[in-house]
Amino acid sequence: MKKHLLSIDDLSRDDIEALFETAAEMHDVQHRSVKKLPALRGRTVINLFFEDSTRTRSSFEIAGKWLSADVINISAKGSSASKGESLRDTVLTVTAMGIDGLVMRHGASGAAHQVAGWLDVPVVNAGDGMHEHPTQALLDAYTLRRRLGSLEGRHVAIVGDLTHSRVFRSNIKCLAMLGARVTVVAPPTLMPAGIDAWAKDAGFGTSWDLDEVLAEEPDAVMMLRVQRERMSGGYFPTAREYTVGYGLTRERLAMLKPDAPICHPGPMNRGLEIAPEAADAAASAVLDQVSAGVAIRMSVLYHLIAGPNEGVTP
Amino acid sequence: MTEKTLIKGARLLGGDAADLVLADGVITEVVAAGSTTEVSADRTVDADGLVALPGLVDLHTHLRQPGREDAETVLTGSRAAAVGGYTAVLAMANTNPVTDTAEAAEHVFDLGRAAGICDVQPVGAVTKGLQGEELAELGLMARSRAGVKVFSDDGRCVHDARVMRRALEYVKAFGGVVSQHAQDPQLAPYTSCCHEGELSGRLGLPGWPGVAEEVIVARDVMLARHTGSRVHVAHVSTAGSVEVVRWAKAQGIDVTAEVTPHHLLLTTDLLEGYDPTYKVNPPLRPAEDVEALRGALADGIIDAVATDHAPHARHDKEHAFVDAAFGMLGLEAALSVVCTVMVEGGLLDWAGVARVMSASPARIAGLEGHGRPLAVGEPANLTLVDPSATVTVDRDASVSLSRNNPWHGRELTGAVRATFLRGRATVLDSALALP
Amino acid sequence: MRRRRRSGTLMPARTEVPDGTIHDDGRTVLDARDVSRALTRISHEILERNRGAESLVLLGIHTRGVPLAQRIAEKIQAVEGTPVDVGTLDVTMYRDDLRSHPTRAPHHTQMPAGGVDGKVVVLVDDVLFSGRTIRAALDAVADLGRPDVVRLAVLVDRGHRELPIRADHVGKNLPSARTERVGVRLAEIDGIDEVRISGGGS
Repeated sequence: MKKHLLSIDDLSRDDIEALFETAAEMHDVQHRSVKKLPALRGRTVINLFFEDSTRTRSSFEIAGKWLSADVINISAKGSSASKGESLRDTVLTVTAMGIDGLVMRHGASGAAHQVAGWLDVPVVNAGDGMHEHPTQALLDAYTLRRRLGSLEGRHVAIVGDLTHSRVFRSNIKCLAMLGARVTVVAPPTLMPAGIDAWAKDAGFGTSWDLDEVLAEEPDAVMMLRVQRERMSGGYFPTAREYTVGYGLTRERLAMLKPDAPICHPGPMNRGLEIAPEAADAAASAVLDQVSAGVAIRMSVLYHLIAGPNEGVTP
Repeated sequence: MTEKTLIKGARLLGGDAADLVLADGVITEVVAAGSTTEVSADRTVDADGLVALPGLVDLHTHLRQPGREDAETVLTGSRAAAVGGYTAVLAMANTNPVTDTAEAAEHVFDLGRAAGICDVQPVGAVTKGLQGEELAELGLMARSRAGVKVFSDDGRCVHDARVMRRALEYVKAFGGVVSQHAQDPQLAPYTSCCHEGELSGRLGLPGWPGVAEEVIVARDVMLARHTGSRVHVAHVSTAGSVEVVRWAKAQGIDVTAEVTPHHLLLTTDLLEGYDPTYKVNPPLRPAEDVEALRGALADGIIDAVATDHAPHARHDKEHAFVDAAFGMLGLEAALSVVCTVMVEGGLLDWAGVARVMSASPARIAGLEGHGRPLAVGEPANLTLVDPSATVTVDRDASVSLSRNNPWHGRELTGAVRATFLRGRATVLDSALALP
Repeated sequence: MRRRRRSGTLMPARTEVPDGTIHDDGRTVLDARDVSRALTRISHEILERNRGAESLVLLGIHTRGVPLAQRIAEKIQAVEGTPVDVGTLDVTMYRDDLRSHPTRAPHHTQMPAGGVDGKVVVLVDDVLFSGRTIRAALDAVADLGRPDVVRLAVLVDRGHRELPIRADHVGKNLPSARTERVGVRLAEIDGIDEVRISGGGS
């Protein structure tokens, strides 16, 4: 496995399978009375978050702690540039204390790649701008696989604000690697530029019509969070219009195959992109995703940090 | 069950004379004149010498309801439309309240249905409240009973490029189109009222330069290309705009354009007397622009004639020129103006008139039952025109509630004799046949 | 049985080295019948020591401890007439040499339904060598519950302990040079039951 996990591109299919196998074992730890594995004992991992995130950060924190690592959370909100410090200095200062791994979330696309170039220790990208969020895609795929058995040939629909979504970008790659067929659905204003050429190249489908795609009875549906701030950017007029056109409403919930899982990376806007009935349905995999998130992140931290520090390939 | 009508001897699109039978809302028979065997018609219309056209479709009408029912209502506007040979009109969104929600669009739609004289298709605003900042609920309007497909902030320009871009992208999802009132408000503020040129200088009126329209048209066709969407240019008024549209169409850009009857005939020098009757937006232009517009309509660069029928209560025009309301009546005289300018002028034949006043507007607006060929099985929406009748326009004879009529006293050729909406006669003998 | 994965260039190999190479200079120290007899004896010893099968839990340590534990359980059941709880134990996470080897994916840990609390746990492995695997196994069991007693049964004890650990039940004591390789092959995994020792000179 590569030294860093910055993007799904860093993983081969075999790597993903290995991560999933390890995650499956680590998942059991959640049910034990002693939620500890000593694999990262004595290692120090820093969660360096430049963007707010309770959910991802605590997921990584639990993951590290259950592996017996010492986990430190640092909130570096506000660009370091505004404080006069370069990103490089911020990161080197933090890591100069002698750490074994860095988990980083930053508001700028590509930040994780830059930082990885400056450090000796493994870097895990916990989300960089609109670019990628690899552990999210891994836990999404892992969750779907546990529910569906295999992703080969399965049809997954991803719905929502694609333009601004790193979850979409990572998921597209990960699902494709695992053999799934993906259709993305969004209003034209929330489709990224160049999507037609991209889709053709990468082999996924695009649609502006959610009802049309649901009529094809996809095997799973992934709803992306939509930000109300997008209304002022002119991406969609009002919340209610978005819901009528692209929300997983009660009516659309009834169109789904009974065992088709519904995923959402959270936090959910109940009533906007997902109706409460859908969020709470038996098919909703949202809580599974959260528990899978810890297992996947344990697996990632273990594979990247437990071994010899120099890593196999740069 | 509508009555059965037999029309005898009408020249279809100005061509050969034919007999037509209208029954149950459709054309059931089209045969050479004199050869019909129909004997049980409830009504027979002698159309000898008359030209039959598919019912006209107006892409651009202001019906003023809700908000200014003193100037026009959906009912009175429908009457004016029928008298002018129209079977469908698109009602602009600058009502009060603005038609920017599904509920508002359905309200106007229902008023049109209730009046039952003409199909009223609401236009939805592009931006909330016509403010030009946030997209209105375009999708919900499209999904509503009103089935809105054409969106326009007409009266105002969608001048923010980012908002226009988003609108062009957004409507792709449901086959909609944005109709742009092209006026860069920084080059021509909304107080501008006279074509910027020697006359505006002499008269001391705020100038409205043609370039303020052209830069928006140019920008919008490029945005349409970039977004892979289509755009419609409302009331084209300058030769420069025509050039831009010509270029854009040659590039394969999906752009359509309309011109008003007044911009085909009236010129800016009418403003000499400061008569607010001639105050309109965009303003009347010099003869060169009028020539260019006629040529563009003839050769298809401009796709359609649209009236921009803009009724105003008397008191709204009884102001100094700069303070008076913009707009002229247009529905009742439109066909006569086009006949006088284009047909008599040898620029269009009647088939061409059918194209620019019925088929193309219907296609642009996505109105399936209108602009159809006059053939068996097609909806019975048609109008009968006397191509050689001369009419001296009398504004007081108008069925519109308003009187801001720029044609008053002018002699025009061509008169609508009858109009049929799905087989029902709305106009007969040049007068309303329905209440 | 978990399928074997061949590693690509980025994926490190799994723990067990394909052993029992036939074309070496070694000798067979236990053949199939010897293995069977050893397991039978171990099974009886376990029963004797425990005075029956009550509260017994056999935990096979991956990889070859697993089928051995299964066989011992079957033999015990044949004698006592009652089924014996069997589980599998993965010790990868508890190894003390994680930092010096490429990261290995863990195997599956499966506790029997009754757990290990208050039980007599017998760890089962194929070869006892340095004792580090058993030390890791003891830590792993401690995180899973609190047995009353933990004992160890191995097929082969080859000496060279590095920690104070000894087996309670041994199939065969096999003195060996540190440099020699002791290879256990089992039918469930390798198709044949055999214990070989080889490579003395290298």
